[in-house]
Amino acid sequence: MHSFGYRANAVVTFAVTILAVTCAMVSLSDNFNSPSPTADVKVLNINWFQKQPNGNDEVSLTLNISADLSSLFTWNTKQVFVFVAAEYETPQNALNQFTSVTACSFVFVAQVSLWDGIIQSKEHAKFWIHTTNKYRFTDQARDGPFPLYLYDTSLLMYITITSSSIFLLVLAIGNNLRGKDYNMTLHWHIMPKTGKMFADKIVMTGYYLPQDYK
Amino acid sequence: MGWIADSVESIRSLQIRQVLNQIVSLGMIVTSALIIWKGLMCVTGSESPVVVVLSGSMEPGFKRGDILFLHMSKDPIRTGEIVVFNVDGREIPIVHRVIKVHERQDSEEIEILTKGDNNFGDDRLLYAHGQLWLQKHHIMGRAVGFLPYVGWVTIIMTEKPIIKYLLIGALGLLVITSKE
Repeated sequence: MHSFGYRANAVVTFAVTILAVTCAMVSLSDNFNSPSPTADVKVLNINWFQKQPNGNDEVSLTLNISADLSSLFTWNTKQVFVFVAAEYETPQNALNQFTSVTACSFVFVAQVSLWDGIIQSKEHAKFWIHTTNKYRFTDQARDGPFPLYLYDTSLLMYITITSSSIFLLVLAIGNNLRGKDYNMTLHWHIMPKTGKMFADKIVMTGYYLPQDYK
Repeated sequence: MGWIADSVESIRSLQIRQVLNQIVSLGMIVTSALIIWKGLMCVTGSESPVVVVLSGSMEPGFKRGDILFLHMSKDPIRTGEIVVFNVDGREIPIVHRVIKVHERQDSEEIEILTKGDNNFGDDRLLYAHGQLWLQKHHIMGRAVGFLPYVGWVTIIMTEKPIIKYLLIGALGLLVITSKE
């Protein structure tokens, strides 16, 4: 009955159970932390603003990012992944190419990450950085050689159902950034030592791109 | 001499019962593991609810051998989330972070670009030839939970199959020989 195997089995089972319960409790304890992070993103300069050969707008920004994320750190925090993204919406209208009457409209939502960083300790969680965008800030709608109405099959379906005549997306999709108002969002993704991951963001509004290429 | 035959018969029947009992308990173990796995698939909505990190491309957040719990919900995928995706022509799914999203509102049409935290550039080199974006059907799930080191068990077992067979053999022997 009380052989070596039996005892070993009991000890291992008990140890694994305790470990699992400890991990779960540690992860649950994160819920008691109510963080109050602050962030501010300033666009200091538009370095250049162009239309690429493929028709998509691209912009280069100089940013000043300051944030205090130290309240996000708990004893279960391994690191915080922080990034700044530009978010904007583009309404698109599909027009009848013969009568120029709007047939249907869509809103395209874009989130473009501009800069990111990894914070590994609470001491480094209050930071200030002056940087150009690390990832390309490009508008995007079509990468293939086809216009969107052929490329996007569900849209094609919708259009053919709407009317028997041919509709085209007359607005050149992909160069929507001129004069665009967009939001800057500072996101954080808390990666724990064990358990559940948390993510949240601060949205900053009122950013505009210039009307003209530069 | 009838009592000898009787007792032999009773021992034999006992052994048969015991063997049957062991087979049933073995079956219970296998089926309950299967039930847990399939149940997790239902709850999380992901075809593989638990994945093991195999590469160092997400370091220092995720190291080789860590376990991720996936969830596949209806919510649209957003930048910053860590997703597990399949690329056509690649057997092993990849765990990376979303850095760009372009989507059409009120539809499922979405284009996603990913990058490993520890990689210098984005994942376009990893995608299928000529592929620039991930679509919704490539995504297997988003990572919601994390457990360190536990995945080493599976890594060791897939890399050294002999250990797997030894372990299965030993466990099988234990189940068969154990009395109650």
